[in-house]
Amino acid sequence: MKLKITCLTAMLLAAGVILSNAVAAQDTIKIGILHSLSGTMAISETTLKDTILMMIDAQNKKGGLLGKKLEAVVVDPASNWPLFAEKAAQLLEKDKVAVVFGCWTSVSRKSVLPVFEKDNGLLFYPVQYEGEESSKNVIYTGAAPNQQAIPAVDYLMKDVGVKRWVLEGTDYVYPRTTNKILEAYLKSKGVKAEDISINYTPFGHSDWQSRVAAIKKFGSAGKKTAVVSTINGDANVPFYKELGNQKISAEEIPVVAFSVGEEELSGLDTKPLLGHLAAWNYFQSINTPANKAFIDQWHAFIKNPKRTTNDPMEAHYIGFNLWVKAVQKAKTTEVEKVIAALPGLETPNLTGGIAKVLPNHHITKPVYIGEVKANGQFNTVWKSAGTVPGDAWSDFLPGSKDIEADWVTLKCGNYNKVTKKCSGQNYK
Amino acid sequence: MTRLTRVRGQLIWLLLALGAAGFATAQTPADTGFLATLGELREAAYADKAAIAERLTQSGHPAVRAALTALLEDRMYYRNTDQKIFLVKNGDADPLVLIDPLTQKEAGSAPADTLTKISTNNSLRHTLRTTVAHFSLSSPDRGVRIDAVRDVMRSLDEATVVLLRERLRQESDPGVKEEIETCLALASLEGSDAALKLDALRKLSKSVNKDVRNGIAKLVEKQADGSVLEQDAKVRQAAVSALDAIDGKRSFYAGIETLFFGLSMGSVLVLIAIGLAVTFGVMGVINMAHGELMMLGAYTTYVIQSAMPGHIGLSLFIAIPAAFLVSGLTGVLMERTIIRFLYGRPLETLLATFGVSLVLQQTVRSVFSALNRSVITPEWMSGSMRINDALTITYNRLSIIIFTLLVFGVIMAILKRTRLGLDIRAVSQNRSMAKAMGIRTEWVDAMTFGLGSGIAGVAGVALSQLTNVGPNLGQAYIIDSFMVVVFGGVGNLWGSLIAGVSMGVFNQLLEPFAGAVLAKIVVLVCLILFIQIRPKGLFPQAGRAAEDK
Repeated sequence: MKLKITCLTAMLLAAGVILSNAVAAQDTIKIGILHSLSGTMAISETTLKDTILMMIDAQNKKGGLLGKKLEAVVVDPASNWPLFAEKAAQLLEKDKVAVVFGCWTSVSRKSVLPVFEKDNGLLFYPVQYEGEESSKNVIYTGAAPNQQAIPAVDYLMKDVGVKRWVLEGTDYVYPRTTNKILEAYLKSKGVKAEDISINYTPFGHSDWQSRVAAIKKFGSAGKKTAVVSTINGDANVPFYKELGNQKISAEEIPVVAFSVGEEELSGLDTKPLLGHLAAWNYFQSINTPANKAFIDQWHAFIKNPKRTTNDPMEAHYIGFNLWVKAVQKAKTTEVEKVIAALPGLETPNLTGGIAKVLPNHHITKPVYIGEVKANGQFNTVWKSAGTVPGDAWSDFLPGSKDIEADWVTLKCGNYNKVTKKCSGQNYK
Repeated sequence: MTRLTRVRGQLIWLLLALGAAGFATAQTPADTGFLATLGELREAAYADKAAIAERLTQSGHPAVRAALTALLEDRMYYRNTDQKIFLVKNGDADPLVLIDPLTQKEAGSAPADTLTKISTNNSLRHTLRTTVAHFSLSSPDRGVRIDAVRDVMRSLDEATVVLLRERLRQESDPGVKEEIETCLALASLEGSDAALKLDALRKLSKSVNKDVRNGIAKLVEKQADGSVLEQDAKVRQAAVSALDAIDGKRSFYAGIETLFFGLSMGSVLVLIAIGLAVTFGVMGVINMAHGELMMLGAYTTYVIQSAMPGHIGLSLFIAIPAAFLVSGLTGVLMERTIIRFLYGRPLETLLATFGVSLVLQQTVRSVFSALNRSVITPEWMSGSMRINDALTITYNRLSIIIFTLLVFGVIMAILKRTRLGLDIRAVSQNRSMAKAMGIRTEWVDAMTFGLGSGIAGVAGVALSQLTNVGPNLGQAYIIDSFMVVVFGGVGNLWGSLIAGVSMGVFNQLLEPFAGAVLAKIVVLVCLILFIQIRPKGLFPQAGRAAEDK
């Protein structure tokens, strides 16, 4: 019933979008934006839509691209995974967009993947994810596990001296795969099975009492304990509140989160989070001229000086600039040629480094670990030396150890180095 | 910074300090050294800061305690113009009230952007806390002393033991004495005197503290080479039985804790279901927008809290009637404009109210944006009450249990003791007879719906303290609230109370074994089976009126 109604609303919305497109001017380059503007994920994705609109606006002020103006085609997949595929097909087949910036959750990406491959589209995916994928038609501008999860665990192990690990996640593909990689990694570093506790809770879990009590118990065994959290969005607030209420401080059991950024922090009381950690490839608090200019541009565009910037926004910033460079290099927006032009391209990121597109369609990123401050920003306590290249297939999982992605020489996203076979775009 | 510049920095610092000494109070060489060491904190890496703090402590300067406490509490800054270190009275305020680190006297105030905070990280704070605890052992406040003893228990070394012995002689408070004795007993386990160890174990077996437990466990733990740390068999045996005693007590308290968790989860379920029990139970209207009415209540809390930022606690109390009004009026509006045309057509009502719920969600999204809003928890609702080392009860959960009981009591009183309640009961039992008796049934319908919706708003105030205040708040709870009402028996408030509490306890009992996902599924399956056996829930309505429905 609920589904039917959501579909109905979505269809009405879609009709509106199509109508508005029909009257749009002819000689423009169309850019698709596939981010949820309603439903659960609207909280995170609306900002990304605005980021791309801002980038398009700025590019048009510079005179557009190849002598044409850029035009955004915004659709709303409404946090509904099957609808993502429908909307993607609409963007590619009906609107004939040159490129799509979109998706947040891994489920939505998996749902649009077949569409992009069938219609030979180009998607820039801006969010940190679990890896184990490399598509010809997708550029992954977010972090792969070796650019976020593994360095964070390394930091805790070496700098904080953590011996016991709680891997706490929301029950879906990203936490499950990430935790599988982390578990294998920890074991390879000599951590015993009884010193690792893995647990999953449903989306939007709000009653954390017994989980937090269990963490407290697990952490009371006399060894330094840390929680590696892949808890998604909404469930985080009650989780940290409960930690605070049960008096588990960051000094005793630090929590390092992969999904809590400035945007999420702006919506909650930071008192219970003070000192807890987050690992990202960008923090708003990082002081570089490029970052300052970006923040000012964002505040001017959104007309609210209090809005925060975050990591996926930087990923879109990088992704958009890379696409512009690729189009300029290929002198066309034709997808096949743009994809061929992308590997090897470089563009400065916002934190003073260079983002380079690798043959596996991932990019190089620096890694930062920060502690939450009272004002909702991060205090950087560790950063990687230079940038880390994204690794599509984790080296720590038995199934993916031998697999390599290379779209330049091998022309394959899933190449087995041992059997020397390309399984095509087969992602299990 | 190279060594040379650092030395030069210190030299300038020294000269500045000397210059200041010229026209201020006279500074002893110890003061100068103290200030110089303090100055090093400005540029040091986190690991070096810990060493600097250690050197400060060893200097024995009287101002060390205040300085380290300030560093720990993020209240140590340096002035950008002359690099002089200040402690501030109020962290993260503007302007900052400065305190001289040497004399602890106020030294005027300055705008926040002219000073830079000396930041700390987790491990540095951990070290500092233990260091500061040593100072706090002689605090005049009993609570501070107890906390200090607990803090030093985590890392007992010889110097600390000497300090504790010293303290024990002067201590008059029995509670603090007890803690110190536990500490000393724990320390004596590391000695070599078997008799002393046995004595200590006898004493420690009464404790439920985790540090004590781990200390004892170390004695009998297998080392990497298979040997055990403790050589004396008698001591080993005593240690094992002490461990058993402690573990037994700890699991007993863990049981009580689970029960409390269940009660608190149950009370949340009751709170969200109780408004629905009125609209669905008494009136028979399936209101899919019930969750959104709670969301409106939560947003009302947010608006009131932002309107009076200085009074977080008070704003919560004002939010309760305000949320009742906002959600209640929305409910009345819904009833008058939509639902009254659909009485007797449950499917249409369901669809229409679902539509209303989407409209309300998107309205909130347009007005407040899709981002979650932060509602601050007042001081008295955060933290927990410590019963003993193994059992703590969180204040916010305790408040919610009490709040639920209060709300339940008020509703019962309204239904049983007021004219409105009498009318509501009359209309729900036999509409035409009530009409014949001169009751304005339409008015009663509107009021009942308003009452149920208003309670949803009040539940929203409570939820704003537990979870996210965002447009999706209602969706997360709507299914749970229907489950409670159906399980309890439609039309029976007591049924909803019992159903909610038992579902909460059942869920929490399952969760440690089954995990959160499976526990939810098991509860749902049990509920479906139960409804198969007793379709009308725990407490079905009896009598002729019920048969007609």
